[in-house]
Amino acid sequence: MTAGEDAMLRLEGVHTDIGRYRILHGVDLIARRGRVTMLLGRNGAGKTTTLRTIMGLWRARQGQIVFDGKSLAALETPHIARLGIAYVPENMGIFGKLTVRENMLLATAPRGFAQPNLDRVLDSFPMLKVKWDSAAGSLSGGQKQMLAIARAIIEPRRLLLIDEPTKGLSPAMVGQLVGALLRLKAEQTTILLVEQNFHVAEAVGDDFAVMDEGRIIHTGAMAALIADKALQHRLLGLSMAAAV
Amino acid sequence: MTLAQQGDRRPVRWLSWFVSDDPPGRIPLNIFMLAILLVLAFAPFLFPGTKALGVSARICIFVILVASYDLMLGYTGIVSFAHTMFFGIGAYGVAIMLAKGWVGWGAVVLGATAGAAVAAVIAALIGMLSLRLRAIFFSMITLAIASFAQIVAEQWRNLTGGEDGLTFSVPAILRPSFHLFAKPVLGITVNGPVITYYIAFAVALILFLIMLRVVNSPLGLVLRAIRENEFRVEAMGYQVVAYRTLVCVLSAVMAALAGALMALVLRYNGPDVTLSFSLMIDILLMVVIGGMGSLYGAVIGSIVVVLAEYYLQNVLASISAAIVGMPVMSALFHPDRWLLWLGIIFVLIVTFLPQGIFGRLRSRR
Repeated sequence: MTAGEDAMLRLEGVHTDIGRYRILHGVDLIARRGRVTMLLGRNGAGKTTTLRTIMGLWRARQGQIVFDGKSLAALETPHIARLGIAYVPENMGIFGKLTVRENMLLATAPRGFAQPNLDRVLDSFPMLKVKWDSAAGSLSGGQKQMLAIARAIIEPRRLLLIDEPTKGLSPAMVGQLVGALLRLKAEQTTILLVEQNFHVAEAVGDDFAVMDEGRIIHTGAMAALIADKALQHRLLGLSMAAAV
Repeated sequence: MTLAQQGDRRPVRWLSWFVSDDPPGRIPLNIFMLAILLVLAFAPFLFPGTKALGVSARICIFVILVASYDLMLGYTGIVSFAHTMFFGIGAYGVAIMLAKGWVGWGAVVLGATAGAAVAAVIAALIGMLSLRLRAIFFSMITLAIASFAQIVAEQWRNLTGGEDGLTFSVPAILRPSFHLFAKPVLGITVNGPVITYYIAFAVALILFLIMLRVVNSPLGLVLRAIRENEFRVEAMGYQVVAYRTLVCVLSAVMAALAGALMALVLRYNGPDVTLSFSLMIDILLMVVIGGMGSLYGAVIGSIVVVLAEYYLQNVLASISAAIVGMPVMSALFHPDRWLLWLGIIFVLIVTFLPQGIFGRLRSRR
């Protein structure tokens, strides 16, 4: 993958410290417009920190983060979000004491729901209709993940950052979630997706980048990774093999 | 649904709109809260006497004060110790205007408006400068500023009357000598203090409904989300500091208006009445006893604590008199021990009703 003109998001030499520890050691990454880029790697490789750094939740100590030609380095998190970047964190990021409706409304306030957008999201996640007035905290893990993604896409977004959406979900839930991600992909939504489950990665990914010890160690087309078992084994090793 | 049925439901819909589609709870709780409203509406006739009228007015004023504090604490998770400062600023606004030679309603409105404006500016400054800090540091800063305000009020004698405070004349219609009707109504003379009470009641009701509308608006939704997780809210594009500052300003304005009412009711203002730290403790007690995160809890908390402050001594005196032959028990229930019993009630409520009285009643739905 090269830094082509279709890059929606580009990270160049990004270093991030958390406390006294340097977690990212010069991350170079591209998420191309209209494509799903999988960010792969073992636990502790720096995938979540990369997403949080893009959102400004951790500040990059060095390096450039450019979104559609605009540098994000000096922007506060709310400004970054208002550029059209939605973040679905690993712990789902829902508000448990608010109802499903209120969680969704929060993403559209103060305008309220646009009916076509609401219809589209509820078609993708019909479960939400049933739980509409329930407290979000009472949902199952999979339902919370659905809600978190639904909330992220209720308004048109230019880039989705999704962190391990299938973690801890039952196979049936994973299947539903993959379906939802494929619909987003069909709509040409640009997605940077952190995932440990290789089945999910091969089902939805267009491109991939593998992280290890705070660096990107390999990038390429997902199809090439799927076809090359030796490369899979070399790059992803035991951490992903368990999920294959 | 027939037209007749629609007609039957119309008052319910109107009431629901009145409370911003956020009724207290199920029908028994709604009736209970409506009963409280009616009792307060007819308090001068139901409980005649100067003391009862003063207690009722105090309840109305504290409903605003406590509800406005709950906007910060209960809805947004901000712990401030400067709420009495805003209450005092509003009270001093009216008191200074009336004590320094201005007369009439113009002075009252100007004083209240000036107090609210000053409170808004100070709250905005505190919010913008301090709300980025961790919660404990923000609380400490508000404590320091509140203490500073109390010292200023005590030392700036020319303006505030110092520790003695300010005594002043209210507009003629609010004075005890003024009688609205020549004859008593339902056995009660509708004089200045009764009119003052109804002004306090009406303003409290209006401000309460405004706050209810705020917490049920998109702004209220963002505030509740901030209380739960501010980082998630930021990641959704909201400027948390701006929202927190906004709620501080709103809360401060409401507290200042409550203070203005207090000055009118008492016809006096001093640092002990509206700026003391013990008043801040009372507000905290009322929020916790009533239940945080529900404005209706402010109503319950205000009623329970104000009634306890004024009548717990009477209740203890009755009990003490009834068990006068039991030395230890009699001493335990001596009227001077009322603060001890208030403390015990507080501990019991916090222990067994952590969500407060109203929170408990509402959770039964």
